[in-house]
Amino acid sequence: MSMTKRGKKPMSIRARRAITGYLFILPFILGFLVFMVRPLINSLYMSFCDVNPNGMTMTWAGMANYKYAVAADPEYNRLLTEEISRMIVNTLATLVLSFVVAVILNGKFKGRTLARAIFFLPVIFSAGVLLGLDSNMLGVEAQNTLMSGIGDAIQESGGVNLTQTLQDMLQASGIGTRAFQVVFNIIDSVYDIVIASGIQIIVFLSGMQNIPASLYEAAHVEGCSGWESFWKITFPMVSPLLLVNAIYTIIDFFTKSNNQVMEKISKVMYANYKFGVASAMSWIYFGVSILMIGVASLIITLGVKNVE
Amino acid sequence: MSNEATRHEAKRQSFWERNRKSHGMLLKRTVGQGAVSVVRGLLLFGLCFMIIQPLLMKFSVSLMEERDLYDSTVTLLPRHLTWANYELAASDTLLNYWKSLFNTFWISLTTAVLQVVSCTLVGYGFARFEFPLKKFWFACVILVIIIPPQTISTSLYMYFSSFDILGIIQAITGHTLNIRDTFTPYALMSATCMGLKDGLYIFMIRQYFKGIPVSLEEAAYVDGCGAFHTFRKVMLPDALPIMTSCFLFAFVWQWTDRFYTNNFLRGFSTLSSNLPAIQQRLNQLKSTTGQTLQVSTTRVQQMISTGVIMTIVPLLILYVFAQRGFVESLSTSGLKD
Repeated sequence: MSMTKRGKKPMSIRARRAITGYLFILPFILGFLVFMVRPLINSLYMSFCDVNPNGMTMTWAGMANYKYAVAADPEYNRLLTEEISRMIVNTLATLVLSFVVAVILNGKFKGRTLARAIFFLPVIFSAGVLLGLDSNMLGVEAQNTLMSGIGDAIQESGGVNLTQTLQDMLQASGIGTRAFQVVFNIIDSVYDIVIASGIQIIVFLSGMQNIPASLYEAAHVEGCSGWESFWKITFPMVSPLLLVNAIYTIIDFFTKSNNQVMEKISKVMYANYKFGVASAMSWIYFGVSILMIGVASLIITLGVKNVE
Repeated sequence: MSNEATRHEAKRQSFWERNRKSHGMLLKRTVGQGAVSVVRGLLLFGLCFMIIQPLLMKFSVSLMEERDLYDSTVTLLPRHLTWANYELAASDTLLNYWKSLFNTFWISLTTAVLQVVSCTLVGYGFARFEFPLKKFWFACVILVIIIPPQTISTSLYMYFSSFDILGIIQAITGHTLNIRDTFTPYALMSATCMGLKDGLYIFMIRQYFKGIPVSLEEAAYVDGCGAFHTFRKVMLPDALPIMTSCFLFAFVWQWTDRFYTNNFLRGFSTLSSNLPAIQQRLNQLKSTTGQTLQVSTTRVQQMISTGVIMTIVPLLILYVFAQRGFVESLSTSGLKD
């Protein structure tokens, strides 16, 4: 950088800086080669092989594992498409929710610190094994006895289930049943979405706090209402973070351990001992997730350019 | 009394007076602000309630006696308070709590320290130095973030059973090492930025260093300070907030991690490996005491809730004391690009 342009012998200083730089990132290079590249190549090779679980001998099988995963396995395709559509809906919902919450938490009100602390809780308590326990064994409804209790009470007293009735009414009206279905799915998974948006809220919040206050003051002096300055200042200034958050959300969603495709892969691998098929499945999955991240980045980059 | 009333009256009058003067704008604004804070309060309360309620519910359930579970009139608070669930969960048969807690603690601490040290070095290297192939290596960091660890877990597992570094170990001792089920593989991975979410930490730390002005370092260089000395004396003190953040994340996520623990730390009794086994162990417990019936699902859920509470209490204490460390450094410097 600017350092390299100084000094009497710029070439040698530059070379020295480069060597120092390499020394700094050496741990990563070592780890990447030993613990990432090697197993990756191994797993890629395995996905083209028929692996015998006793003794782990491999015989070349060409595309057979991929064909099996896509065409013959009864569940894989369905799970994959389900996860992708859930991912799209959840990512959009997470972005909207975390943005709204960040806007709220950015304002001044009593108990703001407490609210921030609470919204950040799920980052800690809904990770790893706890998340798996929540979704697999208890389930939100089952564990949420209070909520279901309230639901039952409403149903008993009024003889109707509120959301169900609303759902029936809206669907009976015949407009865009599918669109409503998406909305209801979001409402059903609101808990998952809130729990998954801790980091995203922080990212948006940090962006909002970095907007200079003078911009708002100028807008206020010029007679801008709060609503207008939100759309003219806050939104454009924060919109580049949409990309970061979208990518983070997609990766988070794809690598979560309670993801159905992940579970399926582990099952094929450790319960059925089909290492080759499992590797092929995870490579397809990996390809799809890269593709999704690429598409999302493209859409958001174009969208942000339009906003600006 | 009357004095106060008149003052109140005067204030109200002055409000309507001022409102009239501002052609109704004052009323509009006051009502608008009131509405905003009501909506905000409701929304925040609802969402916060949704986050906290399961935790409170687990706590409450964990204090109930078993008969309370089957009593439909008991919903929120336990009728018969008991600590017995905690004693059972802490016993050797279920969680082996104190030993697991100790193991979990030192594993989380060691890996978190290793991760933060290595990621800080690497993050600094990416933020401040120009070298050939820099873009390529940074793309590799992004790749590490994106690749699901499940993709490589089997290969890694097989690799660790006959571990060797470029054939050196075999050349010296004549055979490869089996370091499966020891702490070594995971410590090595953490020290070389391949542990849990290390790509993310590198990314965060790099962003942080990029936000610090270079003038301090330049001054140090001019004064004849070497690159490593400058890093240690000048940059590290500035980077403490982000290092604290990353340490806390690494510690907390390692504490609850299941994937790496299952794959690389099978030999250790940890909280995250014992928690999912509760159901099975409860059933075993029942069969050894002579009863043949399955343990009821509600009872299993109760014991899991108890286990979850016991697992997160240390984290909760940490969070209460270090909340600033988690949130503030992210919101001041952040994950921004």
